[in-house]
Amino acid sequence: MNRRAILSIIRKDLKVVAQSKAVVLPLILVPTLMFIVIPALAAFIPSLVKLPGSNMPRLDVLLRGAPPGLTAALSGYNDTQKYAVWMLVYLMAPMFLILPVMVASVIAADSFAGEKERKTLEALLYTPTSDVDLFVAKTLSAWVPAWLVTGLGFFVYSLVADLSAWSLVGKLILPNLTWTVMVIWVAPAAAGLGLGTMVLVSSRVSTFQEAYQLGGIVVLPIVLLVIGQATGVMYFDVGLVALLGLVLWVIDVALLWLGVRLFRRDELIAQL
Amino acid sequence: MGGEIAIQTRGLVRRFGDLVAVDHLSFEVKSGEIFGVIGHNGAGKTTTVRMLNGVLAASEGSARVLGLDPAADGVSLRKKTGVLTETPSIEERLTARDNLSLYAAIYGVPERQVALRVEDLLATFGLADRADEKAGGFSKGMKQRLALARALVHHPEVLFLDEPTAGLDPVLARSVHDLIIQQSETAGHTVFLCTHNLNEAQRLCHRVAVLGRGRLLAMGSPQELSRQWVTTLKTTLEVEPTRADEAIQWLETRGVEVADHTVPGHVTIQGVSREGTPDLVRSIADQGIPIFAVVPQEPTLEDVYFALQGEMDVAA
Repeated sequence: MNRRAILSIIRKDLKVVAQSKAVVLPLILVPTLMFIVIPALAAFIPSLVKLPGSNMPRLDVLLRGAPPGLTAALSGYNDTQKYAVWMLVYLMAPMFLILPVMVASVIAADSFAGEKERKTLEALLYTPTSDVDLFVAKTLSAWVPAWLVTGLGFFVYSLVADLSAWSLVGKLILPNLTWTVMVIWVAPAAAGLGLGTMVLVSSRVSTFQEAYQLGGIVVLPIVLLVIGQATGVMYFDVGLVALLGLVLWVIDVALLWLGVRLFRRDELIAQL
Repeated sequence: MGGEIAIQTRGLVRRFGDLVAVDHLSFEVKSGEIFGVIGHNGAGKTTTVRMLNGVLAASEGSARVLGLDPAADGVSLRKKTGVLTETPSIEERLTARDNLSLYAAIYGVPERQVALRVEDLLATFGLADRADEKAGGFSKGMKQRLALARALVHHPEVLFLDEPTAGLDPVLARSVHDLIIQQSETAGHTVFLCTHNLNEAQRLCHRVAVLGRGRLLAMGSPQELSRQWVTTLKTTLEVEPTRADEAIQWLETRGVEVADHTVPGHVTIQGVSREGTPDLVRSIADQGIPIFAVVPQEPTLEDVYFALQGEMDVAA
């Protein structure tokens, strides 16, 4: 493999991506909302719970029928503490996975479909790189930042969540084992899901917007996980998270296998 | 020009579904030669460039470029070729300097030489003053120059140029022509020039291939093609101005087409063969009309091109 060419293309892709408002805005707004604004709201839980006429349902009603593991994990906390821990540690866990999927999708849409749209792909196809070199460069330029942003997001989220919950719970609630497994094992796989989907979509469309809109469907499984967790149907513990990661990795391998087959010079140039 | 063959194709074919974009193309290009390819849009020029660089697979036939098979040795081959594509295909969100540095790295220019090479190209192509501006703000001509500089960043042995002077003003077009000649004469590199600009091809190319609907219609030096395909001459006769009307009348009675006589004493005729011209001139002189000069206008590549396209239309 041509390592120097691969690194140069990754650097180029990231430099180009960083100058696109359509790419950068969601990459700033979504993490800010998810990792700073939402956990900071936890600090207001006591006033919301105690507010006369508050519509906050009792958590034990919400958790009726929840898996025993979740009920056990929340035992020993009073109602206010339960709300804080349930929201910051359990409700947000699947939602957190939206971030790697989104970051990888947006960058991959710009890197694969955007390159076609800007008509810059042709010059790249004439370079002394193999199809695999180009594919590796393009996938890494989306996958690595997704993983880094997720890691950084987790650090910021843990910090804000602990600060918000400290006065209520009196101890650090994050990081815990489940979240650690999620960030190290599941998040990169989730990024691969966004990336792999976008590679397939980009091979059939010719603009960034088309790719982004079509590929956006990939967050739906993650939204289902959020709903499942919020309604108490399932419980993100270490076992489930590890299994989820495994499933995602298997899907990633299948998607990337298909992607390599689609990412062929003569196919790409025929589309220009 | 060296004696070695830089590019060779044998029965090269490329189909897209039912469309035959390149149809049994066979030719050779010598090392150091400027080889022009002319033809309408869709004649198969760009498809040929793509196949010769191993970017597009041939449906049939074979090709060798610098002794390498583009289909099997594409990566090695592309280290030695530079391509200017029809659209400049430059990264508009990057500066001119970054564009060149990026491709220097991808093409494997040694790291310590990159900065020097980039500065050199920026200066050569008149981009040094705006080297650190994003290319998106450049004029069409500047983008074209940047793309041409990029194609040369790694000193390619074979340079494929697709419409290199499109969008350039005459001064810059001339400098690009000089650079193409310099690539061939000084550096000994081969230039494969696809162009619509027939004057450009006539001026620069040692040999020209005319393509039509993917097929090779004719090939040779511009002079050879003229002799082969344009059998009649356009000739200006300079006669005694007071007897020009008499000369015109005489010519018309003999069925000769007078193309122009707006300049007093200058009668331009066309449609007469090279061999038939001396007899015609003698017959005018026999009428007692003084002839001061006979100036044949050599057929241009444009005449050849239209003659060939006419043949192709008849064949269709």
